[in-house]
Amino acid sequence: MFVAPAYAQESTSSSELQTELEIDVHEETAFPPFDSSTYVSQLVWLAITFGLFYLFLKKVVLPRIEGILEVRSSRISQDLDQAARLKEEADASVAAYEQELADARAKATIIGQQARDGAKAEAEAQRKQVEATLDSRLVEAEARIALIKDAAMRDVDQIAEETADLIVQELVGVKAEKAAVSAAVKAARG
Amino acid sequence: MANDPIHQFQISKLIPLEVGGYDLSFTNASLFMVATVVVTSAFLYLTTSSRSLVPSRLQSVSEMSYEFVANMLRDAAGTAGMRFFPLVFSLFMFVLMANMLGMFPYFFTVTSQIIVTFALAVLVVGTVLVYGFYKHGFKFLKLFVPSGVPMAVLPMVVVIELISFLSRPISLSVRLFANMLAGHITLKVFAGFIVSLSSLGALGVAGAILPLIMTVAITGLEFLVSFLQAYVFAVLACMYLNDAVHPGH
Repeated sequence: MFVAPAYAQESTSSSELQTELEIDVHEETAFPPFDSSTYVSQLVWLAITFGLFYLFLKKVVLPRIEGILEVRSSRISQDLDQAARLKEEADASVAAYEQELADARAKATIIGQQARDGAKAEAEAQRKQVEATLDSRLVEAEARIALIKDAAMRDVDQIAEETADLIVQELVGVKAEKAAVSAAVKAARG
Repeated sequence: MANDPIHQFQISKLIPLEVGGYDLSFTNASLFMVATVVVTSAFLYLTTSSRSLVPSRLQSVSEMSYEFVANMLRDAAGTAGMRFFPLVFSLFMFVLMANMLGMFPYFFTVTSQIIVTFALAVLVVGTVLVYGFYKHGFKFLKLFVPSGVPMAVLPMVVVIELISFLSRPISLSVRLFANMLAGHITLKVFAGFIVSLSSLGALGVAGAILPLIMTVAITGLEFLVSFLQAYVFAVLACMYLNDAVHPGH
């Protein structure tokens, strides 16, 4: 609707003489996409340009992009493989470390046990030795005590005889016979 | 002719050329075909020239378009269909770039010519026919005889299949052509409203704001349509090529 005035202006500005020519032009250019006179040229140029385009893409561009993508995907899978391998190695190292740690711990326990056993055995031996010496000294002491006791007992007989003799002399006023006194003492001691 | 929405589709001879009675002039249409091919080829060639393991932005655009079309074709036609990859990729890139270049003001839109889209559609369907018969021989005709259909309705089904096959090049070409044509005409008409209204004085300038907004919005829409139609063209080409590889339904 708003286009109409512009059209009207243009058509009025064109001279009367060109009317016939204009009609010709309008007929020829009724609707460009359906103007079959341009078809051959368009088809030929489309065939040339699209054909070259197709060949260029097929021979140069597509193999190149395919190559880029292939290199990348193979590189990525390679890197992933390497990462997996490294992870396996790391896992193995961790396992080895833990194995060693466990071994060391077991060894430490054994050494500790051995030291404890050794110390205990030594202490036992020392104790036994001390006990043995103490026993032997006890026996010695007992022997001496017996010796001293025997000596003392012998002295007791003599003292008792002398005491009895004196007591008899004081009470009776006569000197008692020695053999009788010792016999009496012996009898008293039982 | 400033406001004529049809003028943009006018083909003008730049270098007149006539061979054997045929008019093979180098026209503005030819110029933009060359431009489409040169720009696309140069972009794809130059952005991938460094072959970086870690792609630059532009290189990843090329790689993405490659993988986009490759996935499209693989989904539609399987790995056996990948032999048509150069064809589908060329079609997609050519149509996409032709549509996009057409969005520049004063640029000619190659795909707004029915003969161009029809030629591309015939190329696809012709490839399907030639490869189908070459690969499967007369078994390719099974394409028109779906299995598991009762004998009573089979003739009708075959006729329908035949018509649907024959209408493929028409629907494929008209879809792209009509979308580009209608979009550019709409754009031009709304842009023409702005010029016409603003020549009517202050009130007209105020009124021209609405078509201006419309023009901006339709420009955005047209970019979407440009991509979408290239995509649709490529997807349908993939599905038709699938018939050439696997003729049984």
